[in-house]
Amino acid sequence: MSTRSVIPFGPQHPVLPEPIHLDLVMEDEKVIEAIPSIGFIHRGLEKLVEKKDFNEMVYVAERICGICSLGHGLGYSEAVEHIMDIDVPMRAKYLRTFWSELSRVHSHLLWLGLLADAFGFESLYMDCWRLREDALDMFEQSTGGRVIFSVMKIGGIRRDVPDEMLKDFYQRICRMEEELKVLSKPFLNDMAVQTRLRGVGILTAEQADALGCAGPFLRASGIARDIRSTGYCAYGDVDFEPIISNDGDSYARTECRIKEIFQAFDIMKQLLNKMPGGDIDVPVKGFPNGEYMMRIEQPRGEALYYVKANGTKFIDRMRVRTPTFANLSGLVETLKGCDLADVPILVLTIDPCISCTER
Amino acid sequence: MALVSFKNTILHNLVSKPKTRRAEKEYPVGTRGHVENDMDLCVLCGLCSIKCPTHAITVDKAAKTWSIMPMSCIQCRCCVDNCPKKSLSMGLRFQEPGEEKITKTFKLSEKAIAAQEALMKAAKERAAAAAAAKAAQAAQGGAAPAPAKAPAQAAPAKPAETDK
Repeated sequence: MSTRSVIPFGPQHPVLPEPIHLDLVMEDEKVIEAIPSIGFIHRGLEKLVEKKDFNEMVYVAERICGICSLGHGLGYSEAVEHIMDIDVPMRAKYLRTFWSELSRVHSHLLWLGLLADAFGFESLYMDCWRLREDALDMFEQSTGGRVIFSVMKIGGIRRDVPDEMLKDFYQRICRMEEELKVLSKPFLNDMAVQTRLRGVGILTAEQADALGCAGPFLRASGIARDIRSTGYCAYGDVDFEPIISNDGDSYARTECRIKEIFQAFDIMKQLLNKMPGGDIDVPVKGFPNGEYMMRIEQPRGEALYYVKANGTKFIDRMRVRTPTFANLSGLVETLKGCDLADVPILVLTIDPCISCTER
Repeated sequence: MALVSFKNTILHNLVSKPKTRRAEKEYPVGTRGHVENDMDLCVLCGLCSIKCPTHAITVDKAAKTWSIMPMSCIQCRCCVDNCPKKSLSMGLRFQEPGEEKITKTFKLSEKAIAAQEALMKAAKERAAAAAAAKAAQAAQGGAAPAPAKAPAQAAPAKPAETDK
């Protein structure tokens, strides 16, 4: 029997800019066990609800993470709006949904680029990020920010998008779709890529369900659980089916995410075709009193926002449960028995966002 | 088949323009870069400093200055949306990086100070004229306060009726 050794992985690692630390218990080249530890960038943002009033808290919620920024603002605003019984105008709902799908596109393209970089395909990485730049440009034109959008507010959105710009966006989405068709071929058909991804880090449907995984990580194991199906915002008005894949390996997760980008393009087109006119916000009077639990589908999976208000301008408690935290237990399960060389790719396939997890 | 698409990519990359962009890019209208204040229009009301989520703006009415800490500003556009005189606006260029947490202070322009003083003077004159008119009315006769008291007496009587 060979001796066991422990290899530390992270929080600073060339393939992974996210500060997560894993103690990999090794036996020769095989990982026997992985012990994760987080807490390197805890900022205590949830505690700030006691110091910022409920309108200003939207900006704090947006700054939980740089990639799911829009989703965090959306989840918090929707939770407060449900407490206060605010009926958000349809145009605001449609634009919110449009932006959250656009942020899904940019998040998944970022992830595809990182994956290409992890298996050493640098030109593909550059191409993915160049395509992502188009999504960021659309964000900059319509919201005024590239990463932090500051466009949500309690009772609607802060900025309307002119109809001419939306027409232009439709054309650009069609162009992006054509470019992505070319880009997705190496990910799905290339033999070298397939040898790195196929059969690596298999998570069965039972395991994924029992460990409470979320998002594409869960759907790649064959469970069709998508919070968008509940029809929050304007998702009730668009046709889509949760994308699943049955293999449960790294290749299935890649395939799932690529198909989700195409699905996001389709949803955005449907929204642009049906875009209603009218107001973008309603005036908000009074202070929230009550509690609500809001679930939304972030690019990485299901995120949960719990808000408890007490009738003053300061909220009692806000809690965010992020998809990466749910997926960490699944990651530890997939790491058991894998090769050391596959660890970076497996950590990447859950699309980790440690800033979200630690808040 | 794979070789054909590979060839196409190479040929396309040889012929097409560079994919990189110039460093001096054109910012779209509405980019939230940095906060600018037109000191000719500002009246130092202080609403921006109240609405700022990060307390980056300070208004000193005595010294007639408006200052902002650019490193604390989060470019949320709250101050611009709440400015009653529309003197605040968002500049397109992003805040330049720096080593120190600087504070940028702007003094109210001579034109704005003169305009405000003229306004104050006019307001004082109006107030003096109103006071003089009131004094003249009071001197004419004490009939004016009497109707004001009548509804005040009637008001408490109404709830008493509803109780019965």
